[in-house]
Amino acid sequence: MGQTVVEKILARNIGVQAVKPGDIVTVNVDRVMLDDIMIPFIVDKFHEMGFEKVWDPDKVVLIYDHLVPASQQDDTRHYRVGDEFVEECGLTHVHRSDGICHQLMTEAGYVKPGDIVFGTDSHTTTYGCVGAFSTGIGYTEMAAILGTGTLWVKVPETIRVVIDGKLPEGVMSKDIILRLIGDLGADGATYRALEFAGTTVEEMSVASRMTMANMAIEAGAKCAVFTPDEKTMEYCEQSRENYGGCGAQESLMSLEQVQKDLMGDPDAVYYQTITYQAEDFQPVMACPSQVDNICNVSQLEGITVDQVFIGSCTNGRLEDLQAAASVLEGKKVAPFVKLIVTPASRKVYEDALACGALQTLMRAGAIITHPGCGLCCGRTGGILSDGERVVATNNRNFLGRMGTSKVEIYLASPMTAAACAAAGKITAAKG
Amino acid sequence: MAVGKIFKFHNDLDTDQIIASQYLLLPTIEEMKAHTFESLDPDFSSKVRPGDYVVGGENFGCGSSREQAPGVLKALGVEAVVAKSFARIFYRNAINIGLPVIVCKDLPDQVETGDEMELSLSDGVARARGVKYSCTRLPEYMQKILNQGGLIASLNKEV
Repeated sequence: MGQTVVEKILARNIGVQAVKPGDIVTVNVDRVMLDDIMIPFIVDKFHEMGFEKVWDPDKVVLIYDHLVPASQQDDTRHYRVGDEFVEECGLTHVHRSDGICHQLMTEAGYVKPGDIVFGTDSHTTTYGCVGAFSTGIGYTEMAAILGTGTLWVKVPETIRVVIDGKLPEGVMSKDIILRLIGDLGADGATYRALEFAGTTVEEMSVASRMTMANMAIEAGAKCAVFTPDEKTMEYCEQSRENYGGCGAQESLMSLEQVQKDLMGDPDAVYYQTITYQAEDFQPVMACPSQVDNICNVSQLEGITVDQVFIGSCTNGRLEDLQAAASVLEGKKVAPFVKLIVTPASRKVYEDALACGALQTLMRAGAIITHPGCGLCCGRTGGILSDGERVVATNNRNFLGRMGTSKVEIYLASPMTAAACAAAGKITAAKG
Repeated sequence: MAVGKIFKFHNDLDTDQIIASQYLLLPTIEEMKAHTFESLDPDFSSKVRPGDYVVGGENFGCGSSREQAPGVLKALGVEAVVAKSFARIFYRNAINIGLPVIVCKDLPDQVETGDEMELSLSDGVARARGVKYSCTRLPEYMQKILNQGGLIASLNKEV
């Protein structure tokens, strides 16, 4: 019987010919990502379990992003606890101000095709963009991995999503994943894997694929994968040179090997196959306060907006900032709107500066902030108050996420968000 | 059977509603627990008593991976969470810290906040408003972790 991409990754990891959905397997973890919010709890649990050392310090990456720079005095306690743990366990992969964890895990080359990666953040699903199995876990399980290097996983069934054709002007991969979440519902993929395929997906940049893998959790998915291809390998090769080559410990498989070992079989068994024609997509938004509450932008046209946020691990990459800049070129943000742009990482910041995208955005009236999670986690950088409305490119619009529970959050693509900033109301980017 | 009061919540209840991001910076779960369900019911933490039940709809605990969400419920003494279905990270986290999470398709629609409920984990049976409901029992692997008081106790036992 044929296997899906995820089944192949899991089988390869544990050294068996095949696994099937429902099997409980204990995997050997290739990398873990610890973030600054969870680090004090991870360290507590690690000690409570009686571990004295980390199973393999080289496989551990600690990233400060939600709390950088500190916005409250207590935030620094998390750096202190993290730094003590780094010292205690001899960790070397530590990023204290380089940007958002999920952006760095791929951009700094820590994740490669076929890897199994866990992180203490639900958007760890992002790394499926390079053909890795990756998912979010709690701090107790993370502590257990740090001590043992293993974790049990139930092999998920796979939902295959096939998208063929060419996307219309003004439509981005964000519109695809929002539509899919709307169609599946917030729990439509719970316990399952999403596998993306089709000519639209093949044409997409790795950055666009990241946006989709990032949001898989919003349909409840355990993970989301794209079959590695030439673009993936090019991206991974290049990433290994970023940030001083910190992520390049093990050699990359060749494209031929990757495709031999990790491509889904033609006779693989899927829980469900969903097909879309790219030409049918249009700009959409997730309306308050659930990510599966999807409307076409055309249905929302004219609703006034107080603030626009372009950033996050979903849509804070170079191509996102360039897309926003292309919409705002020669335009001004509406006078009553605050446009906040937060590059996902230091490298994105540098690249967007070098190509002129940041200058365009600044001239349009944007506030450019330091790289990091920023407003997405609702702690800093543009908190809103009762009755305000924000259009944002991140992944969640839950009640109270960006300020009080009386703030309305609409999720959209960077192009749509930029168009809304200029108009001061909800509208789509003109093609 | 353990008897407690029901606190009922809606479908797709996300972990931001259970414990909001801004409280995750408090140093301990004990300090966080006063803010449980704050955006939905500011008095929840003062009303709930040890042995009470949280009842949810579909996809309970969706959203972030924060283990503090089951953590505050356990710290408040919630006996179990009974829902039509659970989001997977919440489900794993709850088992790992020893908070029973029980799938019951029929009960949530038939009860309201304030109702009394009895639950027997070992029999997989709940009773409310005089009606008996059968619940899905946990897979053996998870039941073992839960019986041993969570993942830490379970790991310590193996070592």
